[in-house]
Amino acid sequence: MPKLTIDGVEVEVEPGTSVLQAAEALGVEIPRFCFHDRLSVAGNCRMCLVEISPGPPKPVASCCLPAADGMVVKTDSPMVREARAGVMEFLLMNHPLDCPICDQGGECDLQDQAVGYGAGRSRYTENKRAVAEKALGPLIKTAMTRCINCTRCVRFAEEIAGAPVLGQFHRGEDAEIGTFIKAAVATEMSGNMIDICPVGALTSRPYAYRARPWELTKTPSIDVHDALGANIRVDSRGREVLRILPRLHEGINEEWIDDRTRFACDGLAERRLDRPWVRGADGRLRETSWATALTAAARGLAGRDVAALAGDLADVEAVVALRDLMDELGSPHRDCRVDGAVFDTSQRSGWLMNAGVAGVDEADILLLVATDPRREATVLGARIFRNWRERGLPIAVIGPAIDAPYGYDHLGDGPDALDRLARARTGFAKTIKGAQNPMILAGMSAFRRPDGLAVHRALHEAAQKFGATFNMLHTAAGRVGALEVGFVPGPGGMDCAGILRDAKALISLGAEVSAPKGCFTVYIGHHGDVGAAGADVVLPGSAYTEKDATYVNTEGRPQRAVRAVAPPGLAREDWTIVRDLAAALGKPLSYNDISARIEAAWPHLARWDTVEPAPWGPFGTAGPVDRVPFAAPKDAYYHANAICRASPTMARCVVAFRAPNSEEAA
Amino acid sequence: MMLSETDRIFTNLLGPGGADLASSRARGDWDGTAALIARGREAIIEEVKASGLRGRGGAGFPTGMKWGFMPKIVDPARPHYLIVNADESEPGTCKDREILRHEPHKLIEGAVLAGFAMGAQRAFIYIRGEYQAEGAALEAAIHEAYAAGLLGPDAAGSGAAFDITVHYGAGAYICGEETALMNSLEGQKGQPRNKPPFPAGAGLYGCPTTINNVESIAVVPTILRRGGAWFAGIGRNEKNCGTKVFCISGHVERPCVVEEAMGVPMKDLIERHAGGVRGGWDNLLAVIPGGSSTPLLPAKICHTAIMDFDGLKEAGSSLGTGALIVMDKTTDIIAAIARLSQFYMHESCGQCTPCREGTGWLWRILRRMVDGNAQLDEIDLLWDLTKRIEGKTICALGDAAAWPVQGLIRHFRGEIEHRILDYLKRGAA
Repeated sequence: MPKLTIDGVEVEVEPGTSVLQAAEALGVEIPRFCFHDRLSVAGNCRMCLVEISPGPPKPVASCCLPAADGMVVKTDSPMVREARAGVMEFLLMNHPLDCPICDQGGECDLQDQAVGYGAGRSRYTENKRAVAEKALGPLIKTAMTRCINCTRCVRFAEEIAGAPVLGQFHRGEDAEIGTFIKAAVATEMSGNMIDICPVGALTSRPYAYRARPWELTKTPSIDVHDALGANIRVDSRGREVLRILPRLHEGINEEWIDDRTRFACDGLAERRLDRPWVRGADGRLRETSWATALTAAARGLAGRDVAALAGDLADVEAVVALRDLMDELGSPHRDCRVDGAVFDTSQRSGWLMNAGVAGVDEADILLLVATDPRREATVLGARIFRNWRERGLPIAVIGPAIDAPYGYDHLGDGPDALDRLARARTGFAKTIKGAQNPMILAGMSAFRRPDGLAVHRALHEAAQKFGATFNMLHTAAGRVGALEVGFVPGPGGMDCAGILRDAKALISLGAEVSAPKGCFTVYIGHHGDVGAAGADVVLPGSAYTEKDATYVNTEGRPQRAVRAVAPPGLAREDWTIVRDLAAALGKPLSYNDISARIEAAWPHLARWDTVEPAPWGPFGTAGPVDRVPFAAPKDAYYHANAICRASPTMARCVVAFRAPNSEEAA
Repeated sequence: MMLSETDRIFTNLLGPGGADLASSRARGDWDGTAALIARGREAIIEEVKASGLRGRGGAGFPTGMKWGFMPKIVDPARPHYLIVNADESEPGTCKDREILRHEPHKLIEGAVLAGFAMGAQRAFIYIRGEYQAEGAALEAAIHEAYAAGLLGPDAAGSGAAFDITVHYGAGAYICGEETALMNSLEGQKGQPRNKPPFPAGAGLYGCPTTINNVESIAVVPTILRRGGAWFAGIGRNEKNCGTKVFCISGHVERPCVVEEAMGVPMKDLIERHAGGVRGGWDNLLAVIPGGSSTPLLPAKICHTAIMDFDGLKEAGSSLGTGALIVMDKTTDIIAAIARLSQFYMHESCGQCTPCREGTGWLWRILRRMVDGNAQLDEIDLLWDLTKRIEGKTICALGDAAAWPVQGLIRHFRGEIEHRILDYLKRGAA
């Protein structure tokens, strides 16, 4: 372990640590632009120069200098200050000093470091350089004249997103960043380039000129656009969510989020249900008051066999309340698998990502079954890509071929390939049998078929045989939470398919499905989408940014979303709507504190950010699997849920990133 | 102190004798190569160390020591590589060119010996893309060497395999920088790498690599045959010894490439081999002694300057590649340095900040100074800028851009001031 002295303080660090990181560990600030913890080291900005002895009498870039035993580092000597001032002057000489009209203003590394380390005035009197804008698509706005060529975006695209579309072109002072074939940056991770750009060269197009960072209220929260539960920061002003940024969580999203998470937030202001609606005798929905709507709902539901569905964005609180209401009503007809997936819900390990999201880093072989992580859980896809890129993770796919940045073996299209794999002795089969940490990742498409239970069993058997972890990759943020609290058919109860076929009365907690003809439907939700359009009573709920709510991610990690803004109009928090509906039905819930109710019944759901391990046990039902190929994972990345479908930005993405043969293109 | 004919290494430097294998053999090349190899790795490195040979590409790093940095044991998964840097692009420098076209077998034999000394079985010769004729001569010689069994599975009868691959650059000066050259060889963009790691640890394709200049490699066979002590005995002292190929261009009667003893006085070199300065020695204004990146020396220093590493260092410049650019009194010295500044701006790779931004700034100021369209305090600004570039960059191109400007200000400040004042006066009139 090398021991070195930084500014007179001795520190011992892991071998391979750079001087910059060693200084950081000591709390000594070294300015930098190109260095980023999660990217390869470029060493090109030269801002992190420090003085080293023993060594040549010139400053050295600390980001790419490994700490060595006996090194004496000075980070604030006259030589270092002079060097930093020089670099700062060179960076600023061609940088347009247009901070008043730059969206990065107030959160700009260049601005901050110019104040901290710059000279305060420029000696450059020649003409400044101008660089042509680059068309990077509907999400990233460029002002390339501001670019300082740190190449963070280039390295991000290549190393994290797996879409090496950016590069530095030309040379010398003509050098500029651009795309190789003038294409949009077609990766679902593109928004992160905005975050890592240390200047205002890459900024958010949807957020352009909307606010200054100091005007925003910043609320730490949880994302709901996929089942990973990425940690986010909701930036709002007044009642409007203006943007979503990632928040560090090493176990889930590290410091990245995907474009849907980041940019779909403008959908929160569109097509909102901001007041109750009741369908009149003429068959048209009419605005009404809460009292009238609840009365109408109670009247319609009364006397019928009531079924309930929990949609993809349902929070645990509302689902628990709805479950309790169903118990009060004595109805077993409830389900949360509104996409029609059929799997065994009796074992927790049967529907969790047992290895955990971070478990992907430890995996030494990965079998993807009917899933496309890049589109179903983008940030997880980035982890898989990193393991493949850095450690050569062997990957195989069963199911439709996927468009992934990593290479993989395609073992077959249907569940029969699992059986073939178990019997094979060469190739991937040989590798998986010799592996220490094999991982099976199964997507919802594996179960969205009549033989879902048999597939579930087959996967259990495969996991047993290979000593692999079984991991279910959910796509709905609310699904695992609903499964945790047992929002599945009770004894003799109908599942989702049955409900959508035979139900006579339905309470839909944001399920975007069409109820059967003649079924009296009460819809509780926040967007005017499929579910609300067919409902008889619409009760306006809150979106994820408008309530304090619990979501459980695909690995079983309960996390807390925090209310950032008020819901629009008359809309209310979802679980209180269920409570009032119960009261109107004459079956009042026995509690007023939903958190206490959850903690009493499911204590692990009250231990936020802690994953309760699931005991391993058999799941699924033995039976013949169909040879029919797995269906393609739902490809509607930019249109996955009601919020995305209401988002103008997502609509622009659909057009810009239209892929041939995709569901979105149709 | 002049080189005696018997001590000349490149006896066919200017080419009357033919570059083919038979002619080269007649001049002594490939004589007992197997026996030289049989001395063993360590013995060869020690002999080269004893010769005091310092890299001829500009930096002057001791060649034997550089070879000694290579791992002693070759990991089969990480083969050792020798790279011969033939990307000769420094303005004023054309010495390797003569070796490539007239003495290619010295280079090839040197590569075999050097490669053996460092455990490499393959050498890459990265040749400047514009050197088409030189490349053809080199490739013809390599072809002959393969046909004669001097390269290939049993190179020169040593029992070990040795192969040479020739690769042509595409015209970027920066690809002559050793790590940029490696990136270029690997098919990447030719941009220098941060050091450490140094090439001997992780170079080409991440494998231990040594990169040497053409001249450094081409003198090795003769050093091994005649002994390190012989080579070390030429020149002023053990740190400035051996023979050196000088290129003399500019305002001389007969521009030439010539091999001379290290430590030859600059005046002797110019007068004896290049026919003297145009219009006589008194007509001399300044000399850039070591290729365009070295600071110029004004006539009064040239009078006593000694052409070796320490001699030119004492004079405030550097031996560089040994390429003298002679300028007589008809030269507009500000315009000359401005042109060099433009060259470095154009050739900056754009990777790191001080060089990418600074080289353009230097040129823009100098361009105005050619006309005198500048402020007097901009001379200090210019000096300060060169100091802010020098030593702050990933590779030495930043230094190379800064030094000529420093030389100009150091020795011709009066000329710049005069021109600025003159411009002001003309403006007033």
